Amino acid sequence: MMYNKVVMDHFRNPRNVGTIEGADGIGEVGNPLCGDMMTIYLKIQEERIEDIKFQTFGCGSAIAVSSMLTEIAKGKSLAEAKKITNKDVADALEGLPKNKLHCSNLGADALQLAIKDYEDRKAGIQRPEPKRKDEHEHSHGDKCYCPYCDVEIEGGVTFCEACQHDLKEEH
Amino acid sequence: MPDDEERGLRMKYINLDHISSNPLLPEVKQAMIDAINRDYHNPSSQHKAGEEAAAALEKARVQVAKLLNADNPKEIVFTSGGTEADNHAIKGAAMANADKGKHIVTTNIEHNAVIRSLRRIKSDGFTVTSLSVDDKGRVNPRDVAEAVTKETILISVMHSNNETGTIQPIEEIAAIAREKKILFHTDAVDSVGIVPFDVKKIGADLVSFASNTFYGPTGVGGLYIRRGAKVYPILDGGVQENNKRAGTENLLGIIGMGAAAEIAVRDIDRRYAYLKSLKDKFLRELPQYLDEVIINTHPVHSLPHLVSASVKYIEGESVMLMLDDEGIGVSTRSACATGSLRASHVLLSIGLSHADAQGTLVIAFGADNTPEDVDRFLKSLKTVVTTLRDISPLYRKTAGNG
Repeated sequence: MMYNKVVMDHFRNPRNVGTIEGADGIGEVGNPLCGDMMTIYLKIQEERIEDIKFQTFGCGSAIAVSSMLTEIAKGKSLAEAKKITNKDVADALEGLPKNKLHCSNLGADALQLAIKDYEDRKAGIQRPEPKRKDEHEHSHGDKCYCPYCDVEIEGGVTFCEACQHDLKEEH
Repeated sequence: MPDDEERGLRMKYINLDHISSNPLLPEVKQAMIDAINRDYHNPSSQHKAGEEAAAALEKARVQVAKLLNADNPKEIVFTSGGTEADNHAIKGAAMANADKGKHIVTTNIEHNAVIRSLRRIKSDGFTVTSLSVDDKGRVNPRDVAEAVTKETILISVMHSNNETGTIQPIEEIAAIAREKKILFHTDAVDSVGIVPFDVKKIGADLVSFASNTFYGPTGVGGLYIRRGAKVYPILDGGVQENNKRAGTENLLGIIGMGAAAEIAVRDIDRRYAYLKSLKDKFLRELPQYLDEVIINTHPVHSLPHLVSASVKYIEGESVMLMLDDEGIGVSTRSACATGSLRASHVLLSIGLSHADAQGTLVIAFGADNTPEDVDRFLKSLKTVVTTLRDISPLYRKTAGNG
């Protein structure tokens, strides 16, 4: 088994799955081309995350990351929640396989986008419906990461300088 | 929540991943145990003990030659499996015929053993034309004929694909090669021992095969090299395998493969019909359990035991892990389940979107499966897919379920 017990527990019994009707903030990252996609819904009460739900299209680690992220974020003040990093989620899961570390980026990114959405709405900023990117295969939010060592890389590169891993298509 | 051990004890584990490997047949196990107990010497040694080993080796060669309907057992070269056979065919044919030309024709859906062998020899000045396939994974023989140039020395097209199960119009392609006097290689690793196979009827010069496809041991296979076909060895050393592959043979494995080949010859029609009955049952009943599943396997020209199914809105590794918890083993071609996280070149070649490729399962039935296994699999698949679709934002958006 490539995943540890904590990851498998969150994968088998994901916490806080679903949507929130009339959510105060929604954050969506990834796209189907990446192989994973996550949507976070927030209910905010007095600048605190009263409720949080997620929906995820992705592998075992993407689902476990989503679940753990919601557990960490639930009940936190927005100021505290903004400090949640990808590493916090991966650490709480007691580690992910190296080539799955990028999944943890997805979680924290989605949460930060949802908080931003809440703040924008409060400030009266209207944002257009986010369009799904179709050209870029490996983006999460606006960034690309090496699936092996998780350093940020340029889109379209075929070799990771940091870990010397070939990123070409399998043919 | 039961732990892994409890789960294993509670129910029979159903293996639906026979494309990755197959359990050894009891007769194969017995043949290998007998071989171990005989303490065979080196087949190349010239004393009596060596001769005894050589006799066992040649018996296996005859058994395997019959499975392929080869004229002469010497046309069979034992290898460490399908990958070595593919490397041998591509690199060996390229090296031996480079003086005639440096162009090779292949398809976009070959196994990596072929693709990467071809990539390797590009540095020696070879050029490769790789042909596209239709949405069920078949190449058009006319495209092959058009791709051939005066420089072409080899055509390599796989017999059946390990991800889709689709079988190529191989005899037509072989006829094109024969007419133009070009060597023809087919990677038949997933076909030999599963579908009736006749090298003479096909007209192939080089055929790769692997023992574990037909319920023999892993790590052993072979390359059929038609008499007169010019192919260099890729392993240099001693004179084993009629000078075509150096290195002391894996005698125990080869004896196991020989036993498996003999049973395959005897049972192939029955095996084919039984496997196909399981696959047909699955395909017939699947729509009662799940909607929005794309079947990537050709309805007629395909392996009897394999189905490639892309389940929309969900990702394959999640399905595989959850089915594993239910005591069912399947294979997935999701990018997430590969080390490199890249979508399968085969699935993209047949025109699947990245999202649909992500939800692709490869289901391969085996002789050890029963119709009841298919029933249990369908029920579990429905449960697992429903759970994952409920989590999926794509299902909510696309199907308006939210």
